[in-house]
Amino acid sequence: MNADKPIIEVRNLTIGYDARIILKDLNFEVAPGEIFGILGGSGCGKSTLMKHLIGLYEPFKGSIGIFGENISQANEAQKRKIMQRFGVAYQGGALFGSMTLAENVGLVLEEYTDLNAEQIRRRVSEKLALVDLAGFENFMPGELSGGMKKRAGLARALALDPKLLFFDEPSAGLDPITSAELDKLILRLRDQEGTTIVVVTHELDSIFTITDRVIMLDKNTQGIAATGNVHKLLSESPDPWVRNFLSREGLKRAEMAK
Amino acid sequence: MPSQQEKFAIFDPKKIFFQVLDFTGESMRGFCSTLRHPGKLRSRDFFYYFDLCGPKSLPIVLLIELLTGMILGLQAAIQLRKFGTELYVADTLGWSVFKEMGPLMVGIVATGRAGSAFAAELGTMKVNEELSALTTMGISYGRFLVAPKLLAMMLAMPLLTVFGDLAAVAGGGMIAMTFVDLPISVYNARLFEVLNPITFLLGIVKALVFGILITLAGCYMGIEADSDAQGVGRAATSAVVISILLIVLSDALMTQIFSYIGY
Repeated sequence: MNADKPIIEVRNLTIGYDARIILKDLNFEVAPGEIFGILGGSGCGKSTLMKHLIGLYEPFKGSIGIFGENISQANEAQKRKIMQRFGVAYQGGALFGSMTLAENVGLVLEEYTDLNAEQIRRRVSEKLALVDLAGFENFMPGELSGGMKKRAGLARALALDPKLLFFDEPSAGLDPITSAELDKLILRLRDQEGTTIVVVTHELDSIFTITDRVIMLDKNTQGIAATGNVHKLLSESPDPWVRNFLSREGLKRAEMAK
Repeated sequence: MPSQQEKFAIFDPKKIFFQVLDFTGESMRGFCSTLRHPGKLRSRDFFYYFDLCGPKSLPIVLLIELLTGMILGLQAAIQLRKFGTELYVADTLGWSVFKEMGPLMVGIVATGRAGSAFAAELGTMKVNEELSALTTMGISYGRFLVAPKLLAMMLAMPLLTVFGDLAAVAGGGMIAMTFVDLPISVYNARLFEVLNPITFLLGIVKALVFGILITLAGCYMGIEADSDAQGVGRAATSAVVISILLIVLSDALMTQIFSYIGY
């Protein structure tokens, strides 16, 4: 694959549920190795957009290219193949409650690799250690805190070493210290593994810390209000709504920088 | 909030038809894939569901079938006494239990125990985004979630029916001995005379079909549940109602077919 070619290409995308349009005529790209934020207020369609990007729903109109393949036009078999190439870390972890952490993380390895049980066990331990959950292999999801579930979900999403990772609300419901640790982990994944990461969040603190570029969704126009680096948008965006949205967190950041 | 028009759109029969078709296809594909690659069956899940549908359901099945046998025996005895033919209590009871009431009562118990549990489990998984996670991992829910339940029910239902039939016959026997003063040897002799392996097998076939329908209805309602606590509750209730409806409909259909071929 061409290194300069976008990993995600969204063209003229209109999405929604049943007959209701939530976002329309979206156009954006995500470059390889980028941490890309999908930002906006509550109910603006961030999670809906992510669900369409990862192929859970079909758009009304337009196309979603992932690794150069149009996931929105793909049949079930093609879609499954594309899905194996990216990881998704869900808001609450979405761990399978009847399986231990090791089984959760090892599931895709059993499904898609020829690794033997010992190799899978080693790989699982590596991934759990990566998210600071070493030694928790035999724990059930019900025995973990919210932050630990989230990290375990991330370990599962990373099991196949995907080049693209979707992360739904990484900081939601976490205390500031755990949230900051998760942000560091996301940066480490990008810097060390070269993983392209799409983060859906309304937590401005994380957005300012980790993202290279964002799109800001506007509930009123059902479209993208702004695209670019969040620091630049804060200072240079011609749209007062965008500056207002970002300013509270931006001011805090500026003070911290001083 | 969805508008009134959108709420009606949810009950679009065409949409539901294609959803059911899609779900059934995916489940059958998953089931066949499990039969082709039995090593991929999650054995722990299979034994969990078998335990839920089989041994854990056995006491209530035995009790209900015993009482059903007693009721049928008593009703038969009252009617047959009018004609002085109480001897045929065993015939009437044997036929109705083995061909109809045995599998039917087992089906209704299994609906309450397993069908609602399947719907609640899958509905909760949907709320927790576990179903979405499974989809984005590229893993078929048919193989991963439906197949272990289907296999467990296909094994548990016939076994429960065998035990249930025996309990019902025992219940009928109690009535025959106490109410009709029929010696147990005569009761047994009549039973063996009128019943044959085919009669017994037809009941087992019905139980098998009921098991498949209960599993599919429970799993479908769970997968299509609304993503909230009330949605999960509604899914469990609907699973029970739809399963019972499917059991009765399929029973009527199978009885017609079996009658047509001479049984």
